[in-house]
Amino acid sequence: MNLVAEFLICSGVFFLFMGAVGLIRFPDFYTRMHAAGKCDTLGSLLVLTGLACHEGLGLASAKLLVIAVFIFFTSPTATHAIARAAHKNRVPFWSPGDRG
Amino acid sequence: MTDTFFLSASLMILFAALLSLYRVVVGPSIIDRIIGVNVIGTKTIAVIVLTGYLFERVEFFIDIAFLYALINFIGALVLAKYFEQKGVEHTGPTP
Repeated sequence: MNLVAEFLICSGVFFLFMGAVGLIRFPDFYTRMHAAGKCDTLGSLLVLTGLACHEGLGLASAKLLVIAVFIFFTSPTATHAIARAAHKNRVPFWSPGDRG
Repeated sequence: MTDTFFLSASLMILFAALLSLYRVVVGPSIIDRIIGVNVIGTKTIAVIVLTGYLFERVEFFIDIAFLYALINFIGALVLAKYFEQKGVEHTGPTP
Protein backbone atom coordinates (compact mmCIF):
# COMPACT_ATOMS: atom_id res chain seq x y z
CA MET A 1 0.00 0.00 0.00
CA ASN A 2 1.92 3.00 -1.15
CA LEU A 3 1.15 6.55 -0.17
CA VAL A 4 0.07 7.74 -3.63
CA ALA A 5 -2.65 5.10 -3.93
CA GLU A 6 -3.91 5.89 -0.43
CA PHE A 7 -4.09 9.60 -1.20
CA LEU A 8 -5.87 9.04 -4.53
CA ILE A 9 -8.48 6.70 -3.03
CA CYS A 10 -9.12 9.05 -0.08
CA SER A 11 -9.65 12.05 -2.35
CA GLY A 12 -11.89 10.00 -4.65
CA VAL A 13 -14.07 8.95 -1.72
CA PHE A 14 -14.21 12.61 -0.64
CA PHE A 15 -15.40 13.73 -4.08
CA LEU A 16 -18.02 10.96 -4.29
CA PHE A 17 -19.33 11.94 -0.87
CA MET A 18 -19.48 15.64 -1.72
CA GLY A 19 -21.33 14.81 -4.94
CA ALA A 20 -23.99 12.96 -2.92
CA VAL A 21 -24.30 15.88 -0.48
CA GLY A 22 -24.71 18.30 -3.38
CA LEU A 23 -27.33 16.04 -4.94
CA ILE A 24 -29.36 16.32 -1.76
CA ARG A 25 -28.81 19.96 -0.84
CA PHE A 26 -29.05 21.95 -4.06
CA PRO A 27 -32.44 23.57 -4.77
CA ASP A 28 -32.73 23.13 -8.53
CA PHE A 29 -32.48 20.35 -11.07
CA TYR A 30 -29.65 21.98 -13.02
CA THR A 31 -27.54 22.72 -9.94
CA ARG A 32 -28.06 19.15 -8.75
CA MET A 33 -26.87 17.92 -12.12
CA HIS A 34 -23.83 20.21 -11.83
CA ALA A 35 -22.90 18.58 -8.51
CA ALA A 36 -23.67 15.03 -9.56
CA GLY A 37 -22.05 15.00 -12.98
CA LYS A 38 -18.66 16.48 -12.20
CA CYS A 39 -18.08 15.12 -8.69
CA ASP A 40 -19.08 11.63 -9.73
CA THR A 41 -16.80 11.55 -12.77
CA LEU A 42 -13.78 12.86 -10.88
CA GLY A 43 -14.42 10.68 -7.81
CA SER A 44 -14.65 7.37 -9.62
CA LEU A 45 -11.71 8.35 -11.83
CA LEU A 46 -9.58 9.01 -8.73
CA VAL A 47 -10.64 5.77 -6.99
CA LEU A 48 -9.92 3.64 -10.08
CA THR A 49 -6.55 5.33 -10.69
CA GLY A 50 -5.59 4.83 -7.04
CA LEU A 51 -6.43 1.14 -7.25
CA ALA A 52 -4.35 0.87 -10.44
CA CYS A 53 -1.42 2.50 -8.57
CA HIS A 54 -1.88 0.00 -5.75
CA GLU A 55 -1.89 -2.90 -8.20
CA GLY A 56 1.29 -1.99 -10.05
CA LEU A 57 1.98 -2.85 -13.68
CA GLY A 58 -0.06 -5.74 -15.05
CA LEU A 59 -3.28 -6.84 -16.66
CA ALA A 60 -5.50 -5.79 -13.74
CA SER A 61 -4.20 -2.23 -13.67
CA ALA A 62 -4.56 -1.98 -17.46
CA LYS A 63 -8.20 -3.05 -17.16
CA LEU A 64 -8.72 -0.53 -14.34
CA LEU A 65 -7.32 2.26 -16.51
CA VAL A 66 -9.57 1.16 -19.38
CA ILE A 67 -12.60 1.44 -17.06
CA ALA A 68 -11.36 4.88 -15.94
CA VAL A 69 -11.06 6.12 -19.53
CA PHE A 70 -14.49 4.67 -20.32
CA ILE A 71 -16.07 6.51 -17.37
CA PHE A 72 -14.20 9.68 -18.36
CA PHE A 73 -15.98 9.63 -21.72
CA THR A 74 -19.38 8.16 -20.88
CA SER A 75 -20.36 9.87 -17.63
CA PRO A 76 -20.37 13.42 -19.10
CA THR A 77 -22.21 12.06 -22.14
CA ALA A 78 -24.99 10.60 -19.98
CA THR A 79 -25.18 13.81 -17.94
CA HIS A 80 -25.43 15.86 -21.12
CA ALA A 81 -28.22 13.65 -22.50
CA ILE A 82 -30.25 13.96 -19.29
CA ALA A 83 -29.71 17.74 -19.13
CA ARG A 84 -30.81 18.02 -22.77
CA ALA A 85 -34.01 16.12 -21.99
CA ALA A 86 -34.70 18.49 -19.07
CA HIS A 87 -33.96 21.61 -21.11
CA LYS A 88 -36.20 20.54 -24.00
CA ASN A 89 -39.09 19.92 -21.60
CA ARG A 90 -38.59 23.31 -19.89
CA VAL A 91 -37.85 22.19 -16.36
CA PRO A 92 -37.93 25.52 -14.46
CA PHE A 93 -34.84 27.23 -13.09
CA TRP A 94 -34.39 28.19 -9.48
CA SER A 95 -34.77 31.90 -8.69
CA PRO A 96 -33.92 33.61 -5.39
CA GLY A 97 -37.56 34.04 -4.37
CA ASP A 98 -38.22 30.30 -4.44
CA ARG A 99 -38.26 28.04 -1.45
CA GLY A 100 -35.28 25.76 -0.85
CA MET B 1 -4.30 -2.77 7.36
CA THR B 2 -4.96 -2.69 3.63
CA ASP B 3 -8.19 -4.67 4.10
CA THR B 4 -9.40 -2.21 6.72
CA PHE B 5 -8.65 0.70 4.40
CA PHE B 6 -10.56 -0.82 1.48
CA LEU B 7 -13.46 -1.81 3.73
CA SER B 8 -13.80 1.69 5.19
CA ALA B 9 -13.54 3.28 1.73
CA SER B 10 -16.30 1.07 0.34
CA LEU B 11 -18.49 1.71 3.40
CA MET B 12 -18.09 5.47 2.90
CA ILE B 13 -19.06 5.14 -0.77
CA LEU B 14 -22.07 3.00 0.21
CA PHE B 15 -23.16 5.69 2.67
CA ALA B 16 -22.89 8.29 -0.11
CA ALA B 17 -25.04 6.03 -2.32
CA LEU B 18 -27.58 5.87 0.50
CA LEU B 19 -27.64 9.69 0.56
CA SER B 20 -28.25 9.71 -3.20
CA LEU B 21 -31.17 7.31 -2.71
CA TYR B 22 -32.98 10.18 -0.97
CA ARG B 23 -33.09 12.06 -4.27
CA VAL B 24 -34.39 8.96 -6.06
CA VAL B 25 -37.24 8.54 -3.57
CA VAL B 26 -38.45 12.14 -3.10
CA GLY B 27 -37.21 13.79 -6.32
CA PRO B 28 -39.88 16.21 -7.54
CA SER B 29 -39.72 15.15 -11.18
CA ILE B 30 -38.85 11.95 -13.01
CA ILE B 31 -35.61 13.43 -14.28
CA ASP B 32 -34.29 13.95 -10.75
CA ARG B 33 -34.84 10.26 -10.19
CA ILE B 34 -32.93 9.41 -13.36
CA ILE B 35 -29.90 11.45 -12.29
CA GLY B 36 -30.03 9.83 -8.83
CA VAL B 37 -30.00 6.34 -10.34
CA ASN B 38 -27.11 7.33 -12.60
CA VAL B 39 -25.10 8.61 -9.62
CA ILE B 40 -25.75 5.42 -7.65
CA GLY B 41 -24.62 3.32 -10.62
CA THR B 42 -21.37 5.24 -10.94
CA LYS B 43 -20.66 4.80 -7.23
CA THR B 44 -21.42 1.08 -7.52
CA ILE B 45 -18.58 0.62 -10.05
CA ALA B 46 -16.04 1.81 -7.47
CA VAL B 47 -17.64 -0.37 -4.78
CA ILE B 48 -17.47 -3.47 -7.01
CA VAL B 49 -13.74 -3.03 -7.66
CA LEU B 50 -13.04 -2.41 -3.94
CA THR B 51 -15.03 -5.57 -3.11
CA GLY B 52 -12.81 -7.47 -5.52
CA TYR B 53 -9.79 -6.40 -3.46
CA LEU B 54 -11.53 -7.53 -0.26
CA PHE B 55 -12.23 -11.01 -1.67
CA GLU B 56 -8.82 -11.18 -3.46
CA ARG B 57 -10.45 -11.96 -6.83
CA VAL B 58 -9.58 -8.68 -8.52
CA GLU B 59 -9.51 -9.66 -12.21
CA PHE B 60 -12.87 -11.36 -11.88
CA PHE B 61 -14.55 -8.36 -10.29
CA ILE B 62 -12.99 -5.86 -12.72
CA ASP B 63 -14.82 -7.50 -15.64
CA ILE B 64 -18.09 -7.25 -13.71
CA ALA B 65 -17.37 -3.56 -13.04
CA PHE B 66 -16.74 -2.95 -16.75
CA LEU B 67 -20.04 -4.60 -17.68
CA TYR B 68 -21.79 -2.55 -15.01
CA ALA B 69 -20.33 0.66 -16.43
CA LEU B 70 -21.61 -0.27 -19.92
CA ILE B 71 -25.11 -1.08 -18.70
CA ASN B 72 -25.25 2.08 -16.58
CA PHE B 73 -24.31 4.25 -19.55
CA ILE B 74 -26.78 2.63 -21.94
CA GLY B 75 -29.58 2.77 -19.36
CA ALA B 76 -29.04 6.48 -18.71
CA LEU B 77 -29.00 7.26 -22.43
CA VAL B 78 -32.16 5.25 -23.11
CA LEU B 79 -34.06 6.81 -20.20
CA ALA B 80 -32.99 10.32 -21.25
CA LYS B 81 -34.08 9.75 -24.87
CA TYR B 82 -37.40 8.26 -23.79
CA PHE B 83 -38.35 11.05 -21.43
CA GLU B 84 -37.10 13.70 -23.86
CA GLN B 85 -39.86 12.62 -26.26
CA LYS B 86 -42.51 11.68 -23.73
CA GLY B 87 -42.26 14.84 -21.63
CA VAL B 88 -41.29 15.49 -18.03
CA GLU B 89 -44.07 16.31 -15.59
CA HIS B 90 -42.89 18.79 -12.99
CA THR B 91 -44.83 19.55 -9.82
CA GLY B 92 -43.88 22.66 -7.89
CA PRO B 93 -40.46 24.31 -7.59
CA THR B 94 -38.64 22.15 -5.02
CA PRO B 95 -39.54 19.65 -2.28
